[in-house]
Amino acid sequence: MSRIGVFVCHCGENISATVNCEKVAKITGELKGVEFSTDYKYMCSYPGQTLIKEAIKEHKLDGVVVAACSPRMHEPTFRKACAEAGLNPFLCEMSNIREHCSWVHPKDDLTTEKAQDLVRVMVEKVKKNKALNSIKVPVTKTALVIGGGIAGIQAALDIANCGHKVIMVERQPSIGGHMSQLSETFPTLDCSQCILTPRMVEVAQHPNITLHTYSEVESVDGFIGNFKVKIRKRSKSIDEHLCTGCGLCTTKCPQKKIPNEFERGLGFRPAIYVPFPQAVPNKPVIDREHCTYYIKGKCKICEIVCPTKAIRFDQEDEVIDVAVGAIVMATGFDVLKTDYFPEYGYGKYADVIDGLAFERLASASGPTQGEIRRPSDGKIPKKIVFVACAGSRDPAKGIEYCSKICCMYTAKHAMLYKHKVHDGIPYVFYMDIRAGGKNYEEFVRRTIVEDETQYIRGRVSTIYEKNGKLIVKGADTLMGAQPVEIEADMVVLATAGVANHGAEELAQTVHISYDPYKFFAEAHPKLKPVETNTAGIFLAGACQAPKDIPESVAAASGAAVKVAALFSNDELTRDPLVAVVNRSAPPVYSQCVGCFLCQSVCPYQAIEREEIKNRNGEVIKTLARVNEGLCQGCGTCVALCRTKAIDIHGYSNQQVYTEIMALLND
Amino acid sequence: MIKVGFYPGCSMKGGAQEYQESVTALAKVFDIELVEVPDWNCCGATAAHNMNKELSLSLPARIMALAEKEGITDIVVPCAACYNRLSLVKHELAEDPSLSSKVASIIDLKYQGTTQILNIIQFIDKYITDKLEEKVVKPFDYKSACYYGCLLVRPHSILKFDRVEDPQSMDVLVRKAGGNAIDWAFKTECCGAGLSVSRTDTVARLSGNILKDAVDREAEVVVVACPMCHSNLDMRRPEINKFLEKKIDVPVMYISQVLGLAVGIDAKTLGLNRHMTEVNLPVRPAKEPAVAAVPEKVVITQKTEA
Ligand SMILES: Cc1cc2nc3c(=O)[nH]c(=O)nc-3n(C[C@H](O)[C@H](O)[C@H](O)COP(=O)(O)OP(=O)(O)OC[C@H]3O[C@@H](n4cnc5c(N)ncnc54)[C@H](O)[C@@H]3O)c2cc1C
Ligand code: SF4
Ligand code: SF4
Ligand code: SF4
Ligand code: SF4
Repeated sequence: MSRIGVFVCHCGENISATVNCEKVAKITGELKGVEFSTDYKYMCSYPGQTLIKEAIKEHKLDGVVVAACSPRMHEPTFRKACAEAGLNPFLCEMSNIREHCSWVHPKDDLTTEKAQDLVRVMVEKVKKNKALNSIKVPVTKTALVIGGGIAGIQAALDIANCGHKVIMVERQPSIGGHMSQLSETFPTLDCSQCILTPRMVEVAQHPNITLHTYSEVESVDGFIGNFKVKIRKRSKSIDEHLCTGCGLCTTKCPQKKIPNEFERGLGFRPAIYVPFPQAVPNKPVIDREHCTYYIKGKCKICEIVCPTKAIRFDQEDEVIDVAVGAIVMATGFDVLKTDYFPEYGYGKYADVIDGLAFERLASASGPTQGEIRRPSDGKIPKKIVFVACAGSRDPAKGIEYCSKICCMYTAKHAMLYKHKVHDGIPYVFYMDIRAGGKNYEEFVRRTIVEDETQYIRGRVSTIYEKNGKLIVKGADTLMGAQPVEIEADMVVLATAGVANHGAEELAQTVHISYDPYKFFAEAHPKLKPVETNTAGIFLAGACQAPKDIPESVAAASGAAVKVAALFSNDELTRDPLVAVVNRSAPPVYSQCVGCFLCQSVCPYQAIEREEIKNRNGEVIKTLARVNEGLCQGCGTCVALCRTKAIDIHGYSNQQVYTEIMALLND
Repeated sequence: MIKVGFYPGCSMKGGAQEYQESVTALAKVFDIELVEVPDWNCCGATAAHNMNKELSLSLPARIMALAEKEGITDIVVPCAACYNRLSLVKHELAEDPSLSSKVASIIDLKYQGTTQILNIIQFIDKYITDKLEEKVVKPFDYKSACYYGCLLVRPHSILKFDRVEDPQSMDVLVRKAGGNAIDWAFKTECCGAGLSVSRTDTVARLSGNILKDAVDREAEVVVVACPMCHSNLDMRRPEINKFLEKKIDVPVMYISQVLGLAVGIDAKTLGLNRHMTEVNLPVRPAKEPAVAAVPEKVVITQKTEA
């Protein structure tokens, strides 16, 4: 006869507003095998946990059902409490009467009845639970950082400085990310290159960091502490050991008119190129799509001029396997494609540019050496219009959310413009000015007051060219939506920050969840902002949502601490909820007939072969065996096995049937 | 001969006769007979939905119900305003079945909402575009400013037709007819619409600005797909000229007239003589059967659903 305790939680009012918790405790207390039942306002709080622990001791409970929130939320909490009271943690189960009941139903007797049903099901299940012991697995103390923007750089340096190895994978030829394209940064106007490039160099030189640029992650297997990762190192067509980075090849390449991505198309680059002078590593790659040799089979000028004979036209991609214990995602963001709003004429008019292009114009190392000159004719624009929220906060045309960084960088742009073009007039069309952050509002005020920027609250309806001017039509909503028309020389669109291209595929490759906008999803928006729902994988920077540099860096350091904490253990304990192939006495040995169908379906390669030998050492039977370290408890093999030889600990067929029967036998 | 349903609306029986004449003539060249929805009524235009909600739903619903009864699957609605009303009502009734049955009882007809409502461009695209280029005998070799106005493309979430801010569908047709559709800034600016009578000064200003931009960009003709736009841009020319303080004589033609000329229909059949502003296009020496410059690739990435 079981001695089960039922603990019904009110979750403040989250559950008790629609479910009569007292009644649930009372009715389920009368079930067969239930020794004790009660309800409490916050079961997860200290007094709540104490209540459970004392009940276990006082009533000699041999099973516990906590009826509360989702097990995703608090199963570890309650299992730990049970263990502290001397009960095997796997004899504790949760019944989800919040997400599955109180949150989705109105206040009604039926809602309370459903909660009772859900508890009853778990009571029956717990009766079949077995005491299990956690599995211990070793931890590989190397971290993988995907993405080498400021967030990836910060995370990698922090982890490496804790004494752990780091492997960084960056898909571009250089690390640095968007920050390397910025001119000066709000709110202090320090030069982006000056604060970033020393860190890029530090990454390259750190003894604990291995850098793979021009590379991408191809697959990720395994689990926390024990990931196996395949990295595709795309061919750079040069031998990196021989190349000294002299750059001679890049000056002689006949392909000179390839739009330079780093300069947002405002300049050109050759086919063999280093993306920017401060790149790390400072060695070129050949862009095979544009190289004359790969297109026409002739040229090889770079090979001829290279003093160290480093060019390798026949170099192939290389796929390497690495083992890591933790992964930090730091793949950053992108800006919205501007064909969302044809009315602004981006692409049609050369002088309508986006914010990143303006950064390049304002940058001392940019195509104009930091002079603000418009792309069409190189003239200095005397009237410039900045359009905030281009694509943001607009469910009809772009995205619904606020991109968060653009109010600030637009203010910065207006300020930089005024610092460089003293007689120029900057206009900003905005919806609201969102400048929450240390010294941010003060920064925007400076732009308005000291740098005399005309802030117009209203949206731009259309931009068109007339007589060499860009006519910007909009409304001033603070003047009773009065139409405004500005004849500008140049327009800068503060385009929305969106998830990076390829983010969705990458999330699927590493097995983490993402939100509807394809930004990576955190495990909890408030309390687990740098964790993902996949144990051992963490988030840093703008891959999670648009973030500015301070926030990206803070998140990166947060993720690094989580990795360091993980690496402070030599072993990890895992829940033993894994598959097991049954064993029985000779001559049967097991229900398994050795067909190994399970081996072919297991997504984690967790099924091994075990040979049963007789006394003479002859193999008399080959059986399946589950590697507990690899099995993720997905259950695919269980569904497949024809002889029902496999079961999952904690979710055995018997337990699941019991749950169903409990519902049916109401 | 294919038969396609047709809703002329009031304007085509009055001031915009030449629109109906040209649409009918164009259809005939492509072996299409337009069959008027029998016993049709006014769509409610701008008045009904400002006065009485049920009335504004019932009028278009009755037209569609009559078409259903007749077994008509596609209704061509050349007037952009009628097209807008019919489409919006169809959408609203589809969203709300109880409203739909209420309206059915008001009009005392079965209403299922199964008819397709086609504006003039959708009609041409569905039945004509494929065969258009091979039938062009007199390429319409003129700089054309295609003017879409407000009602043809808005609201996008319901009509899901073309890009709202920089529509292209008419430009594509004009190019196929051998014309040179220019890029200009006032494609979807309001012409003043129904204020034509009550606030002629406003119409003169709004329509004037539209025509001025077209002329500044050297357009030889403005192409429209709506009788209301046409009357404002064409009939209000004296007021417009006064507002602009100069005489503008750029003609305003319906897209059906442009295509009609290109496929060889004579000016009179197309009703070109009925315009207030004379349509006096310069004669161009015949070129190679020009299928004009391949239109630049138009990226239509307008989000279609919220
Ligand atoms: C116009 C503009 C101006 C700005 N100005 C400022 C400012 O003044 N001050 C400020 O604080 N912030 C500013 N920001 C914000 C700043 O750019 C971001 O906060 C910062 O770049 C975020 O860093 P990150 O490392 O998270 O992402 P990113 O900079 O986007 O870096 C991500 C890196 O990951 C790499 N990557 C992506 N996908 C993969 C993959 N699949 N595999 C491998 N590598 C991958 C990318 O190549 C890139 O190197 C500005 C942003 C814009 C658009
Ligand atoms: S082989 Fe290719 S990369 Fe080398 S110089 Fe010629 S075009 Fe440039
Ligand atoms: S940060 Fe400012 S400009 Fe950017 S989306 Fe938000 S409100 Fe608009
Ligand atoms: S599927 Fe079942 S019987 Fe077949 S090898 Fe696997 S455990 Fe054994
Ligand atoms: S439950 Fe079975 S199929 Fe799933 S991981 Fe474990 S052994 Fe493989």
